[in-house]
Amino acid sequence: MFPKPLEKSSRNWQISYQVLLPLTLIVWLLPLIAVAVFSIKPEADFVNGNYWGLPSSFEFFTNYGKVFFESDMPRYLWNSVLITVPTVIGCIILSSMTGFALGVYKFRGNLLIFFMFIAGNFVPFQILMVPVRDLTLSLNLYDTKLGLILFHVAFQTGFCTLFMRNFIRALPFPLIEAARVEGVREWRIFLFVVLPLMKPALAALAVLIFTFIWNDYFWAIVLTQGPDSQPVTAGITSFNSQFRAAYHLMSAGSIVAALPPVAMFFLMQKHFIAGLTLGAVK
Amino acid sequence: MATATTQNRSWYRRNEIAVTPWLFLLPGILFFALYVIIPIFQSVWISFHEWDGLGEKTWVGTANYERLLGGDRKFETSFWNNLKWLVLYLLAIPMGLSISLFLNQTVRGIRLYKSLFFFPFVISQVVVGLVFSWFYLPNDGLFDVITGLVGIDIKGGVLGNPNTATYGIIAAGLWPQTAYCMILYLTGLNAVDPEQVEAARLDGAKGLKMLWYVIIPQLKPATFIAFVVTIIGALRSFDFIAVMTNGGPFGSTRVLSFYMFEESLSEFGFRMGYGAAIAVVLFFIMLIFIGYFLWSMYQDEKGVR
Repeated sequence: MFPKPLEKSSRNWQISYQVLLPLTLIVWLLPLIAVAVFSIKPEADFVNGNYWGLPSSFEFFTNYGKVFFESDMPRYLWNSVLITVPTVIGCIILSSMTGFALGVYKFRGNLLIFFMFIAGNFVPFQILMVPVRDLTLSLNLYDTKLGLILFHVAFQTGFCTLFMRNFIRALPFPLIEAARVEGVREWRIFLFVVLPLMKPALAALAVLIFTFIWNDYFWAIVLTQGPDSQPVTAGITSFNSQFRAAYHLMSAGSIVAALPPVAMFFLMQKHFIAGLTLGAVK
Repeated sequence: MATATTQNRSWYRRNEIAVTPWLFLLPGILFFALYVIIPIFQSVWISFHEWDGLGEKTWVGTANYERLLGGDRKFETSFWNNLKWLVLYLLAIPMGLSISLFLNQTVRGIRLYKSLFFFPFVISQVVVGLVFSWFYLPNDGLFDVITGLVGIDIKGGVLGNPNTATYGIIAAGLWPQTAYCMILYLTGLNAVDPEQVEAARLDGAKGLKMLWYVIIPQLKPATFIAFVVTIIGALRSFDFIAVMTNGGPFGSTRVLSFYMFEESLSEFGFRMGYGAAIAVVLFFIMLIFIGYFLWSMYQDEKGVR
C-alpha cells in the first residue's frame, strides 16, 4: 500500500493526520459550507453586511419555504425529472443493444462503429448546436421536453455504448456459446443470458446519466425557454433574477437545484464510482 | 404468403449471427447519426454561408474563416483563453493525485471523507459557478475578505477585473475536476500491486522516489482517463463562463465555445454561419485530442486481439 499505512507511521504523524483530515475537508468544502450557511440566514444579515459571520437567526424554513412556494422552482424541478428519467431509460435501452452487438459479435466494421460512437461522444457541443436546434425546430419540438430528451438520448448513447460494450466484453463468452449450442435464439441470449449479467453496469450507467442530464445547462438554454419545459439548471438563472441580490434565497435555490444528483450519489455511491472509474484499472 | 415467411425465417435463421448485430445496432446508429454525426457535416456546410437561422442561406465561401482568422480580436481572446484553460485545467491531475495520496489510508470514517471530497463533482457546474461568484464578490466575498487580510486588493473583484477573471473561473472549474481526478486515482491506488511496493521498500525506495518509479507507472490507466476527461472538460468550458461572467468584463473571459454561442444565438442577432465557423475551428482543435485518444485505445484493442 502506498503511501505507508498510518499504523506503521510515527505516533506524531498519526495524530497530525487525524487533525489534518477534518481541517482539509473544511477548507475543501468551504464554498459549499458558505452557501449552506447563506441559505439559513435572514435577509437582515445581508443588509447589515454580516455576510460571513454566524446567522443572527435560523431561517431555514422561511427561506426554503419561499423557494418551494413563492417561485417557479418546483416546476423547474419537475421538468428536470421529466427530462432526466426518460433520457436515462432511453439511453439504457439503446446502449445495451448497441453494446451487445459490438461486444459479442465479430463482423467487419465493428471497431469502426465503436470508434464512431466514442469520437462522437467527445465532440464539442457547439458543432452540433445550430443543426440540432434547427432539426428540433423543424420537428416542432423546440421548447418541449421531448425535444431535449431526444437529443440527450442520442448524444449519451455514445458514452453508454462505450461503457456497455467494454462491460459485455469482460463477461464470460463461453456462456453465450453454450446457449448457442443449445439452440437459443440470439435475441433471447440478449434478453435472458446477457441482460441479467449486466445489472451492475445498468445501475452504474443509470446514476451517471441521471447526473449528467440533470446538470446539463448548455442544451437546456439552446433547446428550451421558459418555465414550461426548462430544467432546473436553466431555471435557476431566472430564479436568481427574480430574487436579485437576495443571497439567502439564491443560495437556498441553488442547494435545492443541486440536491437530487447529490442524493443519488450518496445512495448509489458504489455504482456511481464504479461507473466513473471504468477503465482506471486494467 | 406462407411459403414466403418460412423462406424469410429460414434465411434469417441461416444468417442469424451475421444479421443480429445490425438489427441491434440499427436504432442506436440511426439516432446517433441524426443528432451527432450528420450535424457535424451540416455545421461545416453552414460555416460557408451567411445565415440568420430563418431565411435563405447565402453562400459566402471561406469569407467567415477569413474574417475569423484574419484579425477578429474576440476570436483571438477566446483562443488564448482556451489555451489558458487547457494548460491550467491539467493542474487537476497532480492536485487530484495529491489528495488521493493523502486520503489513501484506512482510518475510521475515511470512506465518508472520500465521498465528501468527491462531492463537488456531483453538483451541477451552474451551481458551482454561482457559489464561486458569491465567493469572489468584491468587498463582501470571502475571497476578498481573506486576500484583504494579507493586503491584496483586486480592483473590481476577481471576476470584475479583466486581468484575473479568467483565472478565477478556471479555479472554480478546477474544484470539481480535481475531485474527479482524485476518485480516478483512488481507484487506481487500490489496484497497485502491494508486492511490488513491498519489494521496492526492501530495496530502500520511499517517498517521492517510490511514487515516481513504482506507483505512478502503475497508475497509467488512471492517468490516461484523467487526461482525457480533463482535456475534454477544459475545451467544453461553457457553463462556468455563462453563469459567472457571461463573457465579461469587456469580453475578457470568452472562450471559443462561449463566443460561438454568443455569435449564433445572442441578442446581437443570429449569425449562424459565423458561429458555425467558430465551432468548426473548435472542433478541429478537439479533433487533435480525439485522434490521440482513439489511437491509444486502438493500441489497447490490438493488444487484446
